[in-house]
Amino acid sequence: MSAVSTTRRTPPTTPQAAEGSRRRTGKYTGGNPLVYALALVVVALTLGPVLYGVLGGFRTNAQLAQSPAGMPDPWVLFNYTGVLTNPAFWKYAFNSTVIALITTALVVVFGIMAAYPLARYKFKGREQIFMVFVLGLLFPATVAIIPLFILITDLNMGNTWWGVALPQAAFALPVTVVILRPFLQALPDELEEAALLDGASRIGFFWRILLPLSGPGMVTVGVLAFVGSWNAYLLPLLLLQSDMKTLPLGVADFSSEYSSDTAGVFAFTTLAMIPALVFFLAMQKRIVNGLQGAVKG
Amino acid sequence: MTDVADETTARVGVTASPATSSPQTVVTGRASARPVAPAPGGRRGTGSALRKRLEIAFFVAPALLLFLFFVVVPIIRAIQLSAYRWKGYGPLVDFVGFKNYVSVLQNDVFIGALQHNLIIVVASIAIQLPLGLAIALLLNRKMWGQGILRTIIFVPYVLAEVIAGVVWLQLLQPKYGVIDTVLDAVGINGPEQGFLGTPQYALWTVIVVLTWKYLGLAVILFLAGLQSVPEELYEASQIDGASWWQTQRKITIPLLGPTIRTWAFLSMIGSLQLFDMVWILTGGGPANATTTMATFLINEGTKRQNYGIAGAASVILFVVALVLALLYQRFILRRDIQDPALRKKAKA
Repeated sequence: MSAVSTTRRTPPTTPQAAEGSRRRTGKYTGGNPLVYALALVVVALTLGPVLYGVLGGFRTNAQLAQSPAGMPDPWVLFNYTGVLTNPAFWKYAFNSTVIALITTALVVVFGIMAAYPLARYKFKGREQIFMVFVLGLLFPATVAIIPLFILITDLNMGNTWWGVALPQAAFALPVTVVILRPFLQALPDELEEAALLDGASRIGFFWRILLPLSGPGMVTVGVLAFVGSWNAYLLPLLLLQSDMKTLPLGVADFSSEYSSDTAGVFAFTTLAMIPALVFFLAMQKRIVNGLQGAVKG
Repeated sequence: MTDVADETTARVGVTASPATSSPQTVVTGRASARPVAPAPGGRRGTGSALRKRLEIAFFVAPALLLFLFFVVVPIIRAIQLSAYRWKGYGPLVDFVGFKNYVSVLQNDVFIGALQHNLIIVVASIAIQLPLGLAIALLLNRKMWGQGILRTIIFVPYVLAEVIAGVVWLQLLQPKYGVIDTVLDAVGINGPEQGFLGTPQYALWTVIVVLTWKYLGLAVILFLAGLQSVPEELYEASQIDGASWWQTQRKITIPLLGPTIRTWAFLSMIGSLQLFDMVWILTGGGPANATTTMATFLINEGTKRQNYGIAGAASVILFVVALVLALLYQRFILRRDIQDPALRKKAKA
């Protein structure tokens, strides 16, 4: 029903939240060794492949072949420096960044604009327009991918940033509107009444009061759109060639072109995953809240 | 303005001192009592009706146009293409009716792909649900490093499927990959062609990698659901002398119902669309052992230029997704909608 009640009531996964649930579970506080052992197994299985890749980048192919499960000995840097001095890597990273930024901007701006009347105006056809977006959630992007590829090529946007960003934003809009509408609905009516009494127009209310108050909601949908675009593969695969490629395409290419250079592949993938990981750590709370909002909304 | 103040207290109350249970319940009760109904918008009414319409158009049009142009139009185009034999150039003239559908449905590769999708749907839920619940219950206990654990478990979900896939591809290299080496050390000989190269293991290997990638999402969502279980219930069951396991089974898990059912729905839709991971790990091989509907239609569309066939396959993919979604809605999600009291309690 409401993503807002979610954001309000569900404590985020932060240290404070951990603190909270610690007390909430009351007597059932099993800090026993078995629990820690299980947790350790889970951590090892989760992080193992990622760490193996990171460490693999510090080894030579000879080391990897000789003892696949060993540690770097000696540690070598040339795999990483090789990737970092590779202009293609930076080109791909730049393309990924620009496409993700365009996608995010489109999603946030168009999303909040559409959500505003759908949340706070009363008009005929409002629920129908909202249903159009809700139904959009049901359409897997894959269904439209081939005609989309033809359409973008016909528009001469085949190998461009916009050619990828526009459809990505379009497919991200349904979830954005579905998250933002209840968020805007939950802002108290008194605010709007006061603003209108003070002589503000509805657009003035939107611009001066609603926009500043919906910051958290916009950050949430923005983060989801950014991560979605950053990780996207299928659409860029069909549309982008040569030096317009994004990082996921670059990673896939590198891994098939230099498949015998395992250490190089590990270094490339490790460096490619850093931006998403850093972004995630910084925005963890928002991503989790957004996903919960999408699930509970 | 009192309302705003209350909102703020509610937020602070939850994030900063969730330990104090009674004020929180009071606030929660109040919050759900307040109608979340849409604000009466057009109360200024007279004479500004046209202006209001223009405003609505101005706000909704950009999103609606973008959505229509890049989502609705291509989907309609896919339906149109599916009725033609078309190689990607020239006008659509060779109308073939339902022939493409017949040929897709008679194609063993596509039927195999559909079966793989369904296996992945069932296996993902059957594997991730118990594992995810177990880990969520584990992480919900008081323990050191809880916050870090929650972050770590979510890491694979944030990585691009392609990046995760490329790393696993290296780990799974036949003989020289670390997985085969470790198995070798404990006396298990991996298959000659590697796990991804052997038809009978390939699909299950893909499912293992998918489990690794997506388990974190289940855990995080379940954990969030667990935090919304009212503490009074735990206290009450403790007073009644219930064991930890009894409490989980009789109280926690039933109250997680709505979260679980929605997660399973998302998981199902995701499994039906699966492309990236398969494309990177196996490309659909070996011997079509891991094709999915998505890899099938991309292959037909972009590699063989059989756009009509690809169109028909994508329409079938959509119909399968829609039918499963409707069935799910009808038989499983309905419980949540029908029983608002339980839903409210679980969310409160």
